[in-house]
Amino acid sequence: MITVIDYKAGNLTSVVKALRAIGADTLVTEDPDEVRRADKLVLPGVGHFAATRFLADRGLRQAATEKIAQGTPFLGICVGLQWLFAGSTEDPSVQGAGLFEGMCERFTGAMKIPHVGWNSISVDPASRLLRGIEEGAYVYYTHSWRAPIIKETAAVTNYGQPFTAAVERDNLMAVQFHPEKSSAAGRTLLENFVRLESC
Amino acid sequence: MLTKRIIACLDVTAGRVVKGVQFLDLVDAGDPAELAARHAAAGADEIVLLDITATHEGRGTLLETVRRTAQRLFIPFTVGGGIRTADDAAQVFDAGADKVSINSAAIARPELIGEIGRSFGAQAVVVAIDARRTVDGAEVFINGGRKPAGRALLDWAREAEDRGAGEILLTSMDADGTRAGFDCELTALVSQAVQIPVIASGGAGTAEHFAEVFLVGKADAALAASIFHFGIADARTLKEVIAQRGIPMRLPC
Repeated sequence: MITVIDYKAGNLTSVVKALRAIGADTLVTEDPDEVRRADKLVLPGVGHFAATRFLADRGLRQAATEKIAQGTPFLGICVGLQWLFAGSTEDPSVQGAGLFEGMCERFTGAMKIPHVGWNSISVDPASRLLRGIEEGAYVYYTHSWRAPIIKETAAVTNYGQPFTAAVERDNLMAVQFHPEKSSAAGRTLLENFVRLESC
Repeated sequence: MLTKRIIACLDVTAGRVVKGVQFLDLVDAGDPAELAARHAAAGADEIVLLDITATHEGRGTLLETVRRTAQRLFIPFTVGGGIRTADDAAQVFDAGADKVSINSAAIARPELIGEIGRSFGAQAVVVAIDARRTVDGAEVFINGGRKPAGRALLDWAREAEDRGAGEILLTSMDADGTRAGFDCELTALVSQAVQIPVIASGGAGTAEHFAEVFLVGKADAALAASIFHFGIADARTLKEVIAQRGIPMRLPC
């Protein structure tokens, strides 16, 4: 069973639909007790970083970080990745989970913002989440803020500057792109997560 | 590298895909879910579904069509036509759309752009603009190209961006359905006036037209309907030809 945390940040339909399409049982919840009972957690989210305030307000932050500490497989997507860092300049008044180092910042430079469309990823071959995804595979992005490159960065994309496309530390995993919209590569990633054994 | 996107558009009325020439003379082109899945399999980067009649009575049919279509897609899916309120948008997202495209309703009440963006994120709001050239620029039309909006094109494009649109879908009414090429000049004007991505629409006939709209028109994405529906070009073949011009494309796909 995959438990998808609903914190009212945009549209969960696509993520849930994609997980079900690959045969995963899926539960959508905003209840911290359900989160504490989860086998695996997904934190999706598109939109504004400020939406993650809901997680702290409803006890979901506490429940999710406890589960992460216990080693429950966790997949953050888009804002769900950014939340794992210290925070984002998009709304500095909201704290991230602080599980990865650094702040998310807005793209700078002459490029179009938001970064929308299919861009390629350079993949760390040791990544369990990205196993089977080819170097240079295209994935779908839509975002204006991005996470810095850190030692746990498992994939990198270039848009004016390199940024973290995926992070991974044991069972704590997250991607900036949208696997649920990323055709074959996204499907492989979600299947990897669904099949992951807890450690 | 960020690729340029090829978007397959399905114009839908009463649950069927149709295609017209310069917004008129509709012919049946098939089932939306079936066609969307076929385009995705052939390498389209995104699917747009536009409900071109968008009657109030047709809402149920549209939502059912969106649901059936979304079920089969693993790529971004935009829905437009008749979305007048944040609640209309919410229903379409709930049925499985990733983005909504708003046109006449955004002109009538520009606040709608921000209202949808606040709930679903700016990336989920595409502002569609139908424009026709005039002697001294270009003018915006609403109601499916039937009525002048009384707005200059660049002025409205900038306002849409300021109000939080995530992308602009620009249709040249002069070029639409002609298969004689995109209006590159018009597209470049808009693309340079805003910082958000611009999707060019209207006039696609050959791979060369797409290459031109990316290189000359500075479009971030290009949308076409009829050339795909009637099997003139599938997305993969199209993208291979465009890539040979040195334009980044998602290949293999």
